[in-house]
Amino acid sequence: MPKITIDGKQFDFNHGQTIIETAKENGIEIPHFCWHPKLSISGNCRICLVEVEKMPKLVIACSTLAADGMVVNTQSDKTIAARNAVMEFILINHPLDCPICDEAGECKLQDYAFKHGTGESRFVEEKQHKDKRVELGPRIMFDAERCISCSRCIRFSDEIAGRNQLTFIRRGDRVTITTFPGEEFDNPYTMNTIDICPVGALTSKDFRFKSRVWEMSSTNSVCTGCARGCNTEIWVRDNKIQRLTPRINETVNGHWMCDDGRLNTFKHVNNEETRIDGPHIRVDGQLTKVTWNEAVKEAVKRLKSFNNTEIAFIGSAFATVEDNYAFQKFSKANFNATNLDFARHVVPGSGDDILICEDKTPNSLGAVLTGIQPVADGMNLAEIINGIKSKKIKALYIMEDDIAQLDSEYETLLAKLDLLIVHASNKNKTTTLADILLPVSTYAEKHGTIVNVDGMIQRMRPAVATEELERSLDQMPMSRWDKFGTKFDRWARGKKYDAKPSWKILGLLSQELPNKLKYKMAEDVFEDVSQHVKEFSGLDYDLIGEMGVKIKSDKITAKV
Amino acid sequence: MGVKKRQKDLTTLDKLYLPEIFKGLALTFKSMFKPKVTMEYPEVKFEPPASYRGRPVLVQEENGVERCVACGLCSRVCPALAIEVRANETELEKERYPETFEINMIRCIFCGFCEEVCPEEAIVMSKDYELVFTNREDAVYGKDKLLVPVHKLKDRLEFLRNFK
Repeated sequence: MPKITIDGKQFDFNHGQTIIETAKENGIEIPHFCWHPKLSISGNCRICLVEVEKMPKLVIACSTLAADGMVVNTQSDKTIAARNAVMEFILINHPLDCPICDEAGECKLQDYAFKHGTGESRFVEEKQHKDKRVELGPRIMFDAERCISCSRCIRFSDEIAGRNQLTFIRRGDRVTITTFPGEEFDNPYTMNTIDICPVGALTSKDFRFKSRVWEMSSTNSVCTGCARGCNTEIWVRDNKIQRLTPRINETVNGHWMCDDGRLNTFKHVNNEETRIDGPHIRVDGQLTKVTWNEAVKEAVKRLKSFNNTEIAFIGSAFATVEDNYAFQKFSKANFNATNLDFARHVVPGSGDDILICEDKTPNSLGAVLTGIQPVADGMNLAEIINGIKSKKIKALYIMEDDIAQLDSEYETLLAKLDLLIVHASNKNKTTTLADILLPVSTYAEKHGTIVNVDGMIQRMRPAVATEELERSLDQMPMSRWDKFGTKFDRWARGKKYDAKPSWKILGLLSQELPNKLKYKMAEDVFEDVSQHVKEFSGLDYDLIGEMGVKIKSDKITAKV
Repeated sequence: MGVKKRQKDLTTLDKLYLPEIFKGLALTFKSMFKPKVTMEYPEVKFEPPASYRGRPVLVQEENGVERCVACGLCSRVCPALAIEVRANETELEKERYPETFEINMIRCIFCGFCEEVCPEEAIVMSKDYELVFTNREDAVYGKDKLLVPVHKLKDRLEFLRNFK
């Protein structure tokens, strides 16, 4: 194997690797703005200049191929002098905007100015002034003054999103970025450019000025927008989700996530108007808030008043593996359920070959594997609907899905039922028809697992506290505010909803029934799953970890 | 080895009390002719010098807009976590402004770090030392109480330019 010497240490490398890649692999950081491991090499920022023995001038580490016997010095006086010079040059026209800039705190330029800058500028002339608020697209705001022309966003939209929408115009210090004439920066992946922008030039219209990055806690989670299950971080302040960002996982989403998932999968968690707070029972035609005890007793009492064959159970591909497993176990053990199914939410033609899937649910494979399907000659979803029409089905138990929304006639059909029990986090068409409404925690408020389209089982963790969760006791990530706030501080008083994960609610119900579910934690449910579902055998939460585990199953269709 | 005299054992002279009483009276009598150092607060109020660190306030420009751009540094640096800032976007040139700015005066320790860290000279320590509240809610000062017109803070701003 060829060998390269970097800072006096010898490393092996593969032919075709550049100096920066070899250094990164071996834990040596060479500063870089324009270089990105997933994008083509541009080589325009010059911050990665390093000294290579026997080369007359410094070379850029991002585009110089490593060669056998090469001796690289990333800390020599010459290299450091060059780095300082490049920093000074980049900072000439960069505004001193940090107090108002959203990137502050996670800004590469800020970090490098601190690490590699000289600390003072010799530039006494007026800085170049450019437009501060340019709407590049529906979700992106561009501050031309802050841009350091690294071209990462241009390369991203061309190479990753496959839409060549951005370009440089003008020359020298007047250079700026714009969309092509008649174009808008509106591809489904635009917001990834915010993450890769090394400065605060590209900002999210949605998150703009909402919170400083150091004021939030971040929790590793998974996006629930489609069956891809992109790895995410949930950023929370005052118990409200402020933003989602993608988390690197090469086997699932690489570095990216789509704009739809980033913007539209967390708003409902914060929505005080639609969130269901505490269990409700229909009294005199009105949904009335009751205690858990009352709701559970009422649900069991009314369920018992039907023949088992008159009850149908609908699980959900939006719910976790744990919830679905507990659901089928609860219904089969206590009601001998055969009429069991879940609804698929597939939008044909909506997928692409980057990340977005046609299946808009995060866990349909998990629902299938945990056994959410008709037993023997039981009814599937379509037959259950027909059963309601023909009065064969009189009671329906729906977990975490808006069934009434699926078809225009379902709403009137569900209204005909004698009993409709619904688990839901937010009000929707189905919940307005419910006789008993049990509030569930959203994906951001519970532990659990989901299985993506390729059979990757991945973990979700609570980022937002509910009434049953306490940040410090339940070991949820905490910001400085969360850690030191008291109940007299306003920031520590974020709204907490009275909601529980579905498996826990089913556990409560089962206490009134012959076959009890004895789960205390989500881990207990998963342990049960791993013992009874062959695809999950041998797995536990520690093994799944941050990055997930690929399971083997003949039910994986692997269709994008 | 004689018995050691205890300190509280008094001499005859001490037991008389009179010498000490005259000593005290002499001191009081002397002070009557010295200039007064007390004030009849609250009728007469103490005017602190510019270096005084009273309650922190926000500087309000002549046009009524606060200088603060809601960068959150004061909130970050505050060792007592007294300051909470919530930013939002404004049409003004400064782009960002504090939608709410609250200082919990029960938490505040008057260290002046917020003033020191502020990149805009937007939060300064005032001469106001009269802080009265009867419950915890009232102790949280919002923008209504924090904003002070710049002309009332000239002393402090000048002091900061000279000595900061």
